[in-house]
Amino acid sequence: MLTVTHYAVLAAILFSIGAVAVLVRRNPLIMFMGIELMLNAVNLTFVAFSRYLQNLDGQAFVFVVLTVAAAEVAVGLALIVAIFRSRANVDVDEIDTLKG
Amino acid sequence: MSEPVTAVVFYVFAVLAVLGALGVVVLRNPVHCALSLAVVFVSLAAMYVQLSAPFIAAAQIMIYAGAILVLFLFVIMVLSPRIEFGEGALPGQAVAAGIVGLALVVVLAFVLLNGHLASSTGPFTPEVIAAQGHTQIIGGILFTKFLLPFEITSLLLLVAIIGVISLARVKN
Repeated sequence: MLTVTHYAVLAAILFSIGAVAVLVRRNPLIMFMGIELMLNAVNLTFVAFSRYLQNLDGQAFVFVVLTVAAAEVAVGLALIVAIFRSRANVDVDEIDTLKG
Repeated sequence: MSEPVTAVVFYVFAVLAVLGALGVVVLRNPVHCALSLAVVFVSLAAMYVQLSAPFIAAAQIMIYAGAILVLFLFVIMVLSPRIEFGEGALPGQAVAAGIVGLALVVVLAFVLLNGHLASSTGPFTPEVIAAQGHTQIIGGILFTKFLLPFEITSLLLLVAIIGVISLARVKN
C-alpha cells in the first residue's frame, strides 16, 4: 500500500542528493542542477501531500516554485556566461574577487 | 489502476529518479549530467500523473524537461570548449559532503516517518478531480484564491527577463 510517506521519503532522498551535488561539484552549472533537484524534491512533496490531503492548494505553490526555478536558471546561467566572458574558467573556488 | 500496479510504477520511477539524481553528482561530463537530470524530471512527471495531477505533470515536462534543460544544454554547448571537466575539489570534500548528505536523509526520513498527517482533508478526491478536470480546478484556484501570488510570479518573470537582458548585454 503506497502512502504519502513513500513519496515524502523519496523527496527527502532526492533533496539530499541535490544538496550533495551542490556541495561536491565545483562546476557552477552542475551546482545549479543540484538546486533544480532540490526544487523538484520540494515539488514532489507538495503534490504528494495535496493528493493525500485532497486539497489542491499545494499545487498552486508548485507553480510558484516552477516560476522561481525558471527565473533562477535564466539569471544564474546569464551570470555564468558573464563570468566566462571576463575570465577563462568558472571553477567556483577561483571566483574570489570579493574576498578581502 | 489497481493497487499493486501503482506500487510497481512508483518503485520503478523512484529508482529511476534516484539513479538519475546520483548521475548528476557522479558523472564528469556536464552534458551527461544534464541528460541524467532529464531522467529525474520525466520520472517525477510520471509520479505526478499517478498522484492525479496531470496538469502539473505536463507543466513539469514543458518547463523543466523542455525549457530549463534546453537552457542548461545550450549554455554547456556554448561554453564547452572552455569548461574544465576535471574538478579541483578540496581535500576530503567528497567524504564530508557525503556525510552531510547522509545525515540530511536520516534527519528528514526520521521526521517524515514519525510525523502525523493532519486529519482534515479537502473535497478534491481523485474521483472529483477526474470528473471536473484537473486543469479546470487548478485554473479556478489560481485565479481566485491565489490571484495575488499568481500575479507576483508574473512580476518575477518580468524582473528575470530584464535582469538577464542587462546581464547578457555586451557592453561597448
